[in-house]
Amino acid sequence: MIICANKMEYPLRTQCQRVHKQVMVNGENERVSLLLMKALVSRGSVDAVSQQMASHPQYLESFLRTQHYILHMDGPLPLPYRHYIAIMAAARHHCNYLVYLHSAQFLRVGGDPLWLQGLEAAPPRLRLLDHINKVLAHQPWLTACSHIQTLLKSGEQCWSLAELVQAVVILAHCHSLCSFVFGCDTDSDFVPLSKSPNGVPPTFCPFDAANGNANVPQSLATPSEHKTRRRSLDSGCDMVCLKERIQKSQEERDKREERLLQTQALQQTDIEEEEEMMCFTDPTRFITDPDLCYQEFARREEDHFQVFRVQDYSWEDHGFSLVNRLYSDIGHLLDDRFRSVTTLPSTHSPDLKRAIWNYIHCVLGIRYDDYDYGEVNQLLERDFKLYIKAVACFPDATKTPVCPLSLAPLKTSERIHVNLLIMEARLQAELLYALRAITQYMIA
Amino acid sequence: MEKMSRVTTAHSSSAISGRTMFCHLDAPANAISVCRDATQVVVAGRNIFKIYALEEEQFVEKLNLRVGRKPSLNFSCADVMWHQMEENLLATAATNGAVVTWNLGKPSRNKQDQLFTEHKRTVNKVCFHPTDVYMLLSGSQDGFMKCFDLRKKESVSTFSGQSESVRDVQFSIKDYFTFAATFENGNVQVWDIRRPDRYERMFTAHTGPVFCCDWHPDDRGWLATGGRDKMVKVWDMTTNRAKEIYCVQTIASVARVKWRPEKKFHLATCSMMVDHNIYVWDVRRPFIPFATFEEHKDVTTGIVWRHQHDPHFLLSGSKDSTLYQHMFKDATRPVDKANPEGLCFGLFGDLAFAAKESLISSDANRKPYPGGDRRYPIFFFKKPDPTEQFAHVSSALSVFETDLDSNRMDWFVKTAQLYLLCGKPFAELCDHNAKVARELKRPQVSTTWTMLRIMFSDPANPTTPGLNHSLSNKLGTLPLMNSFSMKEMGPGMGTESRLERSKGESRQDNAHLEPGILHISNNNEENEETEGSEGQAEYMFGDAELDDDDLYSMEHENQTEEQECTLPQEAFQLRHEIMDNPSAPEHLQQDKADSPHVSGNEAEVTCLTPIESFSLISISQPLFSPHLPASFFCPIVREMLSYYAEQGDVQMAVSVLIVLGDRIRKEIDDLTQEHWYMSYIDLLQRFELWNVSNEVIKLSTCSAITCLNQASTTLHINCSNCKRPMSNKGWICDRCHQCASVCAVCHHVVKGLFVWCQGCSHGGHLEHIMNWLKSSAHCPAGCGHLCEYT
Repeated sequence: MIICANKMEYPLRTQCQRVHKQVMVNGENERVSLLLMKALVSRGSVDAVSQQMASHPQYLESFLRTQHYILHMDGPLPLPYRHYIAIMAAARHHCNYLVYLHSAQFLRVGGDPLWLQGLEAAPPRLRLLDHINKVLAHQPWLTACSHIQTLLKSGEQCWSLAELVQAVVILAHCHSLCSFVFGCDTDSDFVPLSKSPNGVPPTFCPFDAANGNANVPQSLATPSEHKTRRRSLDSGCDMVCLKERIQKSQEERDKREERLLQTQALQQTDIEEEEEMMCFTDPTRFITDPDLCYQEFARREEDHFQVFRVQDYSWEDHGFSLVNRLYSDIGHLLDDRFRSVTTLPSTHSPDLKRAIWNYIHCVLGIRYDDYDYGEVNQLLERDFKLYIKAVACFPDATKTPVCPLSLAPLKTSERIHVNLLIMEARLQAELLYALRAITQYMIA
Repeated sequence: MEKMSRVTTAHSSSAISGRTMFCHLDAPANAISVCRDATQVVVAGRNIFKIYALEEEQFVEKLNLRVGRKPSLNFSCADVMWHQMEENLLATAATNGAVVTWNLGKPSRNKQDQLFTEHKRTVNKVCFHPTDVYMLLSGSQDGFMKCFDLRKKESVSTFSGQSESVRDVQFSIKDYFTFAATFENGNVQVWDIRRPDRYERMFTAHTGPVFCCDWHPDDRGWLATGGRDKMVKVWDMTTNRAKEIYCVQTIASVARVKWRPEKKFHLATCSMMVDHNIYVWDVRRPFIPFATFEEHKDVTTGIVWRHQHDPHFLLSGSKDSTLYQHMFKDATRPVDKANPEGLCFGLFGDLAFAAKESLISSDANRKPYPGGDRRYPIFFFKKPDPTEQFAHVSSALSVFETDLDSNRMDWFVKTAQLYLLCGKPFAELCDHNAKVARELKRPQVSTTWTMLRIMFSDPANPTTPGLNHSLSNKLGTLPLMNSFSMKEMGPGMGTESRLERSKGESRQDNAHLEPGILHISNNNEENEETEGSEGQAEYMFGDAELDDDDLYSMEHENQTEEQECTLPQEAFQLRHEIMDNPSAPEHLQQDKADSPHVSGNEAEVTCLTPIESFSLISISQPLFSPHLPASFFCPIVREMLSYYAEQGDVQMAVSVLIVLGDRIRKEIDDLTQEHWYMSYIDLLQRFELWNVSNEVIKLSTCSAITCLNQASTTLHINCSNCKRPMSNKGWICDRCHQCASVCAVCHHVVKGLFVWCQGCSHGGHLEHIMNWLKSSAHCPAGCGHLCEYT
C-alpha cells in the first residue's frame, strides 16, 4: 500500500503556534521553547516525540543533540543512508510514525524514491544490514562477532568499521525510540501534554487493578502473591499473560488502525498543497522475517547464551571508548543522554529507577553482579513489570495493545519519564551487545 | 618472544633473574599483584584466582584459591592486592560489592579470611596500607570509600566522595595518613584517613572517568593519573593547588598506571580498550613511548613491576588469558623507528627543516648564511645519564625563508595599475602592456603580449616597435615570483627544495641542469640575484614549453618559410640535447632537417643563455602568411590563458581576455571566464585597487560579472532639515514637508542631477555649481569653504 500523502507534518505555522501555546500553558521554562524553536527552525518541524519529551527539557536537549548529530551532522554515512537505516529499524517494530518521518526526511535529503518500495529495491549494502537489524531489535544477545565479520568482509558491498558503528548507533537509537513512541502512544494519536508537569507529585501507586484495566487477571494482580514469588521475573507466566493480552487486543487494534487511516486520509485532504510528495510505505516492506520477535532470554540454556556481565563490558569503561574512537564525539553525546536520564528530577526513588533499568537489561540478558534482582520484584508491581516488558520488548502497535496497562493514575510526565528510562536502557543494551561484538571482531 | 637469553641483574639487593616468559591462564585476568619478595604473583579475574610462583624459566601454579563446586560471586574479583608487609595476606574486590581478605596461612582449602559486604555496588579497588598491617581501603561504584581494620568485623570509617563511583584508591607511600581517590566524573580527591567527614582537597584531573592513579615511590608530591580521555597526567601535590607538571597523550583510554622503580621519570601504562600494548613512558618526552611491550593479544588488565626496587621486570595479566613476565631489555623501542627528519612549509612559503644534528653538521663545508644566520639549533635537553637508555637525540632546525622581494606582490599591484585594457587600438594596447611587463622584469609575460600582438594584428602592417628590445632583454634574469633565494639554503637543502618545487614539471632537464646550478650557488655568493634566477629560469622553462609545443603545429604549416630563417645552431645545441620533449619525435621524423630550427624557436622564449644577436622578427615575420586567419591561434591562446590562470597569474589571463575581446571570448566557456574574473576582482579588491577592479568589471562581458556593479547602487539621503531619512522623493521630505535639496546658487529645488561638496555639503544644480566654481573658489552658500569641482 502506497499512499501519496501531501503532508506528513503539520504546516510550520500551526506548529509554531502549538509550540508557543504549549509553552504558555505549561508555564514551563523558556528552555523548552527555545529548544523546540531551535528544532523547528533547523528541521522545519517539531516531531511529536520531541513534544512529548518537552516535559523533561534537560533530557530533551541531549536527546535532540544526539539525534541531530547522528542523522544530520558529520559522519561516514551519506544522509539518505542514515534515514533509510532509520526506516529499516523502525519498520522492525511496525512503527508507522517513525517510518513516515524518516521516509519524508529520506526524500528530503535526496534519497532515491525507488528505495522506498522496499528492501529489495535498496542497495545490497543496506540489505546486508537487515540481519543485524533483526537481531538487535528482538534478540540482541544473538549479536555475534560473525555478523560483524560478514558485514565487514563481503567484498564489493563491504562496510567500513566507522560506517558500521554509525549504522549500529542509528539502529539502536531508532529501535529504542520505537519503544518510546509506543509507550507514549504517539504512533496512534497525539497525546496532549499534561497541564502541570511540575505539580504535586503523585504518590506512586500506579496499578490498582480495581480502577484499571479489565484485562488484568485478578489473580495475577494481587500484590501479595507476586511479592512471594521473588526471582520469577522472567518466568514464562508473564509471557503467557502478555501473549494472551496481545491476542485479545488484536481485533481492537485492527479496527483502530482502520479508523486511524481514515482520519489520516481526511487530514490529508484538508491540508493545503505542499510541494513535497511523501510516500507512506508499509513498514513490512523494509523487513524480512516479520515473525521474528522477542523471545525469553533463555536462562536455562546458559551454555548457549552466556549472560552478559556488565562488570566485564560496561558502557563507561569499554563501550564509550570504542564507539567514540570509531565515530568521534558520539560517545560523549550518548554518555550525556544516559547521564541525564538517570539524573532527571523525578518522584521515583533512585532505587526504583535502578530497578527499572536493571530489569530491562535483565530481560535482554545483561546482568549486574552487584545487584540483587529480588529488589526488582519488591519495587516493581507485576503490572508495571508487564508494561515495561511490553514497551521494551514488544513495542509493536500492530501486535500489542497500545497501552497494555492502565498508567492513567500516573502523571503524564512521570509516565514519559518511565518511557525515557526504558528507551535509554534499551539503547544501552543494544549498543553494548553490538559494541562487544565489534570488540571481539577487532581482537580476533 | 621466546628469547632464551638470561639476564642477571646485580641491581637490586635480592638479585632476581628471569627471562621474558608467559603462561596460559584458564580465564581472563582482571588484576594481578605481586608479593613483597617478588617470588610469587596472584592473578584474579571473574573465573580465576590463582597464585603462581615466578621461577627462573617459567611460571608455576602454586595455589588455586577459587575453591568450591560452584563458587559464589565473592570469588569474582575486580581487583586484588597482596599485602606488602604480611606475606600471607591478600585482599580482593568482588564484583558483587564484597571486600574479601584471604589468609594463605590457613590450613583449610578455603583461605577466605574475612568478608565485608558493606558496599552496595561493585568494589573497583582495594588497597592495603603500605606500612600498617591491619589497614585496608576500598573504593566502590556506589561512591564510597571504606577503611577496614582487619582486626574488626566491619569498617572503621566511611568516606563519601559525594559523587559518582570511585575508580581507584591509593595510599600515599610517604605520608602515613594520606590517600588519593579517583572518580568517574573526572575528579581526584585527597583524604586524610583520620578525617572521614571531608576531603582535604579535590581537583578535576580529566574529562570523563579517572581510571587509575599512582603515587610516585620516591617523590612524595607526585601523583600520576590516567583517564578515559587517553591522558596520563602527573600532578605536583606539594603546592596549594595541584599543578599538572607532565602530561602524556596516549592512543587509548588509560586503565592502569605504575611508576617504574628506580627511574624517576618513567611510568608504565596499559589501556582498557582497543590497544593491547603496554607502554613505558618517560614523562619528559611525552610524544613517543620509551619502551613498548607488544605481547598481549587482548587488552592488558593488570600491570605490576615485579620488585619495588628493580626496574627491569614487568608482570602483566590480560584478557587474552595469559600472564607475562616482560624483560625490559626485550622491549620494543619505538624511538628507534621514529623518523628523525621533519619538513614543513610556513604560511608565507618559509620552509622549516629539522634533522638529526649529526646529519646536518657532517655537512662540513656548509657556509654561514650571508643574510644573518637563519639556523635555529634546538637541543632537546637530554643529559647523558648512563642509566637513561633513551637515545641521545638532538636535532637541528633550519628555517629557510623565501626571498622577501619575490614574495611581495608589488608586481601585481603595479601591473594592475599600469596595464591598459581598452581605449587604444589593439596593437598599441599589447605593446603598452608588453612594455609594462618588461619594466617589471617579467619577460615571459612581456613576450606573450608581443606574441599576441603579432598573432592577432592585421598581418598587413606588422609594426614591431620594441620587439628587438624585448628579446635583447636577458631572459636569464627572470625575477621570481616565489623562488627561494639560494643563499638561504645549504647545498643539500637546495636540492631538496628544488625537487619539491619543481615536482609539477620536473623533467629530465632539471636533473641535468642541477649540478651546474649547485656549482653556481656554491661559488658565486655575490651574485645572489643570478643564482635565484637560475633556479627560476629553469622553473620557467618548463612552463614555457606549453607554448612551444603549440608553436610546433604552427611552424609545421609554415615550414617552407621557416627554411629561410637560419639560425646560429650552436647557440641552441645544448638546449636541444637536454630537451626531452614528448611531442618532438613525430616532428623530427617528419622533417629531420628542420629539427634544430624547431628547438631553436623554443629557446626564444626560454633560453638560458643570453642571445642578443637574435631577433624575433626574423622568425616571426615569416610566420605571418596572409593565409593564416587570426582564429587559427585561438586554441593556442586559450591554452596559454588557462596555463597562466593555473599558475596563479589570473591577472594575465583576465587582461588578455579583455584586450583580445571578441577575438578569443567564444573560445573559452563562460564559467571559466567568470571564474577568472571573479578571482581577479577578488585579488584586486584585496589590494584595494578599487578603480582597477571597477574597470575590469565594466569591461567584462560576463553578465554575472557586470551585474556586480549594479548591486547596492541606492543612495540614501537624509533631509537637511529634520535629519530623517528621505524615503519617497529626493527633493521633498515627507515628514517636515520641506524642500530638502535646494540649489545654493539659484535657490530652487533641485530635481535631477544634484552635486554637492563633500567638504561642506552644500551644492545644487550641476550646471550652476560648475559655472559658479569657474568664477569663484568659495562655496556658493557662503559658508567660506573652498570647494573644488573636478
